[in-house]
Amino acid sequence: MTQLLSATDICFQRDDKAILQNVSLELQRGEILTLIGPNGAGKTTLVRILLGLLHADSGSVQFAPGVSVGYMPQKLFIDNTMPLSVYRFLALTGKTCRAEVVAALQRVGVNDLINTEMTRLSGGELQRVMLARAILRKPDLLVLDEPVQGVDISGQSQLYRLIGQLRTELGSAVVMVSHDLHLVMAQTDTVVCLNHHICCHGHPEHVSVDPAFLELFGRQQDTGVAVYTHHHDHQHRHGSGECLD
Amino acid sequence: MSGLINPIMPEFLLLSLFTGLSVAVVAGPLGCFVVWRRMAYFGDTLAHSALLGVSFGWLLSINLNIAVTCGCLLLALLLVVAQQKRFLATDTLLGILSHATLALGLVIASAQSNTRLDISAYLFGDLLAVTRGDTLTIALLSALVLAAISYLWRPLLAITVDEDLAKVEGVSVFWVRTSLMLLMALVIAIAMKVVGVLLITALLIIPAAASRRLSKTPEQMAIYASILGMLAVCGGLTSSFWWDTPAGPSIVLCAALLFLASLLLSRGR
Repeated sequence: MTQLLSATDICFQRDDKAILQNVSLELQRGEILTLIGPNGAGKTTLVRILLGLLHADSGSVQFAPGVSVGYMPQKLFIDNTMPLSVYRFLALTGKTCRAEVVAALQRVGVNDLINTEMTRLSGGELQRVMLARAILRKPDLLVLDEPVQGVDISGQSQLYRLIGQLRTELGSAVVMVSHDLHLVMAQTDTVVCLNHHICCHGHPEHVSVDPAFLELFGRQQDTGVAVYTHHHDHQHRHGSGECLD
Repeated sequence: MSGLINPIMPEFLLLSLFTGLSVAVVAGPLGCFVVWRRMAYFGDTLAHSALLGVSFGWLLSINLNIAVTCGCLLLALLLVVAQQKRFLATDTLLGILSHATLALGLVIASAQSNTRLDISAYLFGDLLAVTRGDTLTIALLSALVLAAISYLWRPLLAITVDEDLAKVEGVSVFWVRTSLMLLMALVIAIAMKVVGVLLITALLIIPAAASRRLSKTPEQMAIYASILGMLAVCGGLTSSFWWDTPAGPSIVLCAALLFLASLLLSRGR
């Protein structure tokens, strides 16, 4: 595997509040990296910096030459005064023919929606349509910000399985933001646990027993549902990017 | 040309009609973006600043059309910068800016009450008094804006749907957004002649809103909005001609009636 992306010592601060501190990460071609962390941990900020939508105060982001990116934002707000079909949404940027759009929609399982108006889609349908737009560009890197938002539990695992399959088919690397580790894990190569700094990172099985992870998310490995228990009073050695043992 | 049509239609009416139609044609597609991007308040702010342009132009005795156009363009750029720096998070700030410029314009204008600056012509439009020069300028500007909108159509749609997504997919969001603001400033500057600063936003929004329920694609909506706007201009001028109603407000009223009709029509389906 060759390196696709590396971010070094990213710091980002807004209104005197440090949102990201010395965050570094690397991504290989074909690797699935999942960013987890509590609300307000800076996950979306980090993703936006990686995509060049935000500029870090310090640190650098470097892509391998010629990398194409498919992005699926956390939220998509289309005013309901805009008559836009799913087909037009997918064909908005770039040169695309109808057959390619149909194929992409088919791959994510919503080809019957091609003529539906965007504003009439349900939460789960919208996620799949956005995923179709991201894969339409045959990207080397898929960036998915909370891809299973608004999808019911069974749909969530289906969607994660689909993302895993797409990685194999397209050979693209995936950076994914998520709240809960359990459904993600099976498809993930690397988990990065973020709370303004990198608390711990590594293979999912290692991270899930990592003390820093357990402190952040609590012990809920055997419950089916991830309950949110985040304690703010924990301490880390900052900037090391290593796990506390 | 006027000689030919004179028997049927007096020249002033012909000029007014042509001016109104050229503004309505371009207000259609632009109005769609105002509706889709929820920029009505931006429109108001730009429009009200046009009056300030009039007052300053009068004060400095420069050509009023040029003063208004420059004023609008300048404010549009300011708004772009403010938006970029995220000063403009709320409607409140725009509301303050919008009405403060309107008030300042009115105060400056009234300070020269001994002169012949007719403020109501700028507030509500003075379509029936357009000159041949006005008509020509407005038609040219309208054609220019229309050409720019069609050239930028796809990137404009892309940033309207989602700016981040558009940027990741290679659209230069900043330039497209800035162009949209400048085009809007130009249209507001020319629309002031037709409906006046207080009613410009109506001319942008109402035809676009009326065409929403009739259309299935963004292009359809833009074209229908142009057509409905043109119908409103014809209707308003007719009423103005026969019943001596003020032209600008009549046009807006006519557009509002068309909007009501579109509601009833789509409910009937």
